[in-house]
Order: sequence, then C-alpha cells, then structure tokens
Amino acid sequence: MSNVAIRVEGLGKQYRIGAQQARYKRFSETMMDLLASPVRRLRQLGQPPPPEETIWALRDVSFEVGQGEVLGIIGRNGAGKSTLLKILSRITEPTEGYAELDGRVGSLLEVGTGFHPELTGRENIFLNGAILGMSKTEIDRNFDEIVAFAEVEQFIDTPVKRYSSGMFVRLAFAVAAHLETEILLVDEVLAVGDAAFQKKCLGKMGDVAQAGRTVLFVSHNMSAIARLCQDAIWLDAGKVRARGEVTEVIQNYLSEGVKEEASAEFVPKSNRAAQILSIELLTPDGTLATTHLANLPVRIRVRYRLSERISAYRVGLRIRLADGLDVMTTASSDVEGDLWTDDPGVYSATVEIPGLLLAPGQYFVTVFLGQPGVKVHDRHENVLAFRIEGRTKSLVERELGLIATPLHWEASRFAVEHSE
Amino acid sequence: MPKTFIRPSRGWVSLRLRDVWAYRELVLFLTWRDISVRYKQTMLGASWAVLQPFFSMVVFSIFFGRLAAVPSDDLPYPLFSYAGLLPWQYFATAMANSSESLIGSEKLITKVYFPRLVIPVAAVLPAAVDFAIAFVVLLGMMAFYGVAPTVNVVWLPLFLLLAVATALGVGLWLSAWNVQYRDFRYVIPFLTQFWLFASPVAYPSSIVPEGLRALYGINPMVGVIEGFRWALLGSGTAPGPVTAVSTLVALALLVSGAFVFRRMEKSFADVI
Repeated sequence: MSNVAIRVEGLGKQYRIGAQQARYKRFSETMMDLLASPVRRLRQLGQPPPPEETIWALRDVSFEVGQGEVLGIIGRNGAGKSTLLKILSRITEPTEGYAELDGRVGSLLEVGTGFHPELTGRENIFLNGAILGMSKTEIDRNFDEIVAFAEVEQFIDTPVKRYSSGMFVRLAFAVAAHLETEILLVDEVLAVGDAAFQKKCLGKMGDVAQAGRTVLFVSHNMSAIARLCQDAIWLDAGKVRARGEVTEVIQNYLSEGVKEEASAEFVPKSNRAAQILSIELLTPDGTLATTHLANLPVRIRVRYRLSERISAYRVGLRIRLADGLDVMTTASSDVEGDLWTDDPGVYSATVEIPGLLLAPGQYFVTVFLGQPGVKVHDRHENVLAFRIEGRTKSLVERELGLIATPLHWEASRFAVEHSE
Repeated sequence: MPKTFIRPSRGWVSLRLRDVWAYRELVLFLTWRDISVRYKQTMLGASWAVLQPFFSMVVFSIFFGRLAAVPSDDLPYPLFSYAGLLPWQYFATAMANSSESLIGSEKLITKVYFPRLVIPVAAVLPAAVDFAIAFVVLLGMMAFYGVAPTVNVVWLPLFLLLAVATALGVGLWLSAWNVQYRDFRYVIPFLTQFWLFASPVAYPSSIVPEGLRALYGINPMVGVIEGFRWALLGSGTAPGPVTAVSTLVALALLVSGAFVFRRMEKSFADVI
C-alpha cells in the first residue's frame, strides 16, 4: 500500500469575488471599461487581478493518498472541499500548485448530471454513464445490476419525467455507483433518497471502499465518513488544518467552534418577549463541569428572562451526537404535559439527565424556549459540549451504543442436554 | 495505468484531440439525445425538417424567382432555391446550436469532467438528420423537374463536410465567448440573417462580377452552396478558386476557433 495514487502539492485556487455576484460580464461593460481607460485596461489584460478583488478558496494544500486508501474530507461550508474535488476531477483549473493522479479518475460531484426528463430510464442510464466516462460495453455489462439496484425494473422504459423524485435519485445514484475507475472522487452524494436507500448507498460505498480502490470522500455526515474512511483531512478556510486517523480528526473538527465549556451566556437582545440568558452544566453536587461520569446524573440549568407575561411556554434541550444525530429532546412540558405560564422576571429551570443513560462519548447541547405551535422565542444550537466518561469496564467504548442503562438479565434452563 | 497531471495552464494550450477522440462515444450519445428529444412532444414531428425549407422555397420562388426575376443558372427557380436552402438551413441550425451549446450545458460543465470540445462538436451533428429528411424531398423535386444528378455527386459529401466545418468553426468561437459575455447570444440571429443574404441561396453567385468572386468566396457558405448545386444539379461553375478560398477560410475558422476555445476553456466552470 505504499504506492501513491494521488499526490497534491501546494494546490491553490483563486476566485474573483466580483465573479460571485455578477458571474458573467456583459460585453458592453468590458467595452466601456476599455474605452474609459484603455491604457490601464490593456496593461491589466492577462495580469492577475488585484488581491483585494480575489479570494483564495484553496491555498497551499498538499497531501498524498495511497493506493486503495479511502480518505475523508471534512470541513465547514466554504472551506474548499468542493473546490478541491473540482480541481482533482479537472472540472476547473488550479491557480497554482500541482496534482498527480495515478489511474482512471471518476468523479461523483452530483448524481443525475445530464439526465434528460424526456428520455426513458434505459436511455438515461446510457447517457449518464457516457457523461460520467463509462464506455458503452461497461454500461452494457452493468446494466441489469444498475436497474436492480435502483429498483425501477418496471419503469425502465418510461420517460424519467414520470418518475417519482425517489425513483429518479435512486436511478441516478445507481448509475454513478457503478463507475469502475481506480480513483473515485465523491462529493456528498449519499444524501439522496429515503432513509432505506441512503443506507443502501452507504453499503454500496462501503463495498467500493473494500474493493481496493482509492476514494476521496467529502461529506457532512460524520458517521458516514467515520464508517467508510480510515483517514481524514480537515479543510479549514482553504487550508489543510489536520490530517490523521478519521475519528480523531472528526473529534477535533467537531469540538472546534463548540466550546467544551461548562457554561455559556448569551448577549441579551432588546424587544424580545422571552430570551435565554445562560446555560450551565453541573455535577450533582452543583459544580460546573464538562466531563461527567457515566453513572452520575448531569444537571443542566437554564436561566431565562421573560419581559412580559408568557403563557403556555416551555424550555427544552436537545442532546446531539458529534455527527449530528439527535439522541434525545427533553422539555419542561415532558412529564405532566403542562406548559408553563409566568409573569415577567428572570427564571431558572433545571433538568437532570439520569446517570447510566447516555453512553460514554461527546454530546452537544441545544437549548430552546418557546410556545409550542405558536412561536420559538429563543434558540441556541450546539452551544455547549460535554463528555460522558465511563469508569466501569462495560462503559468504556462507544461502540456499545448510545444508551448505557444496565439491564437485568435472567437465565433458566430450558432443556437438559446430555453430553457423553 | 493512465496518469493525470493537473497544473495551471498559461496562454495557448494544445487541443488534446486525443482526449476528444477517447470521448467519441459521448459525442454520439449527446447527438443522439438531442435528436431523440428534438421531436418528442411535437405534433408534426419530423415533418418540421421539411416544412421550414419548403415554405422558405415557396416564398423565395414568389418574390425572388417570379417578381424580382432573379436568375437561377438555367434551373427551375424552386429547385434552385431549395437546393440552396438545404445546406444553408443545416449550417444556420448547426451554428446556432453549437454557439448556444455551452451555456445550455451548465450542469455538465460544473459537475463532470470531459473534454469541453465535445459539447460544441456534438451540437453540430443533430441538424444533419433534418438535412437528410429534407434531402429526400429534394430528390423528389429533381424527379419532378426531370433533373438528373451528374457523376459529380460523389463530391457532395465533401461540400457537406465544409458546411460542418464552417458551422463548427463559428460555433467554437461563439460558444466560448457566450460563456464570458451573454451578448453573443443576441449576435447569433443577426449574424444568421446577415449571412443568409451574403450567401448565394436566393440568387446564383454568377451575378457577382467575375473579378470579385474570389473575394466573395471568403464567405465559406459560398463554396458550400455553389459546390452543392454543382455536384448535385450540375449547375453553375465547377469548383475553382472560389471553392479554394472558401475551404481555406472554413479551415482557418475551425482551427482558430478550436484554439480560442481551448484557451478560454479553463474558466468555463468558474464563469458560466
């Protein structure tokens, strides 16, 4: 596995900022510019634009990917992930730097590119396959498999404009998934179809990863990244922030921006009827803490102000996993079903998440205050992060699941076996 | 295993025709897509291919042939003008499609890699189907007027190829500029109209003074249309200096168009 399949050296891509709003120019504008100041314009032609009008979407990016390696690329929106894939798939040129790819390159930046609504499913398979770079024989060979994977057998000769949106994306993904190139560049294409199909897609990508092909995989779905990739790169503002073992990079990425702090305060805004002032994570004895023992409860205290009398409101929390999965939502109306009604003032509400409920791992807290069905008055997403640590052996690993409640087992002899 | 090198390009770059060749199946698929989509959900279907040149021929025959008494190289005027309209119609359609092809393929350009030359190339081909259908009607008209094709008909494909080259040459220039400046979209109808009157569709090139004919041949469609009539109907004059000039201009358009296209290509995905 020491062979390098992808080598990227000092790759950079510069965009004009102006190009973001008015993407193409009118010829008249260029002509007017030219007439207005011909000398300046002509001197500028062919020269790099002034730096204040440009932005580096990617800069100084260097890395290598070994043959057969599956590398995840994570980062916020606008961090340069898609730009990187576009450069590597040769859709756009880098401004500087250099990349070398060893093997046939297939890229899936979108599913269903080039699908034509008037054409039938069969026709679109061939068209889309050709667009993705498959030869006709290759498509012929995989045709039945594609149709079966997409589950559209009966409709294969129907124009795709009559397909449901689910059928459409299934077919589109199925074609794309059968690209047989040595290198595959994949950008967030798994978020298609219903949950069952997404699972199937993930399985298919898993097969691809197993097949010894080199894959660069961009996704916001951290659990998919963690499942498919061994290593990951974290892109931040166009630069490689970290590269390493996948779970470690994901942890670092996610815990950034969300302070792992035991409390958060919010700047009050005027003219709001109700707003959250602060949130605190406490141990049972009342001290602030970000790390909590699995067998002890976590107490969360929310302070809020009502500027006027609010009727039928509730305060709630959502506990979320690092990869975005919601573990639980709890609200002050949970148990009795009662909503609160209160006069103006500053209030404090506390909830206790019992011990031996959440499995060890990192959790993110979202807090909200609102009148159900009427209005959300205040809401703060992922404001705090805390960690549950297990001390007993059965609570050490996250693979055990999300819930750590010990359950009681019983065994009784059902039949007697004679071993002689 | 094939290796791909990616680095910024500067200035003029090679055409990489080998890459285009490797994607020849895609050219065919795109062509076939345009053809099969073309007549879906139209009531008259393929007859549109005939109706357009046919009615143009009728109007030309009334106004130019009859009222203005434009000469027609000793051929019946309807046959003369229809034979001119066919290559013209192909050229005008292919040129317009090719010029609009890139901005109509925004999705493909921003999401998939393939040699971009494939798009304008594939766009000049579908119009050939219309041409073929309308050509059958031309054969019928020849039978009706009792005009037999000459042996020179073997040269016909070459003149058609010249029309393809001209359409593609213009298409390459305009499609690339269209990505940068949408103004070029409005240039196309104007250009087509202007070009029609500068081409010997409604009149024979014999009305152009002898000394100016070679100059007239700078319009490649002069070579195409005159050659087409000569090869099929035996009219006009045999290919000579005019044809040579037309061919050279068409090739110059094609080659320069391809290089300009390749040079501008790198910003397509960012600008479109």
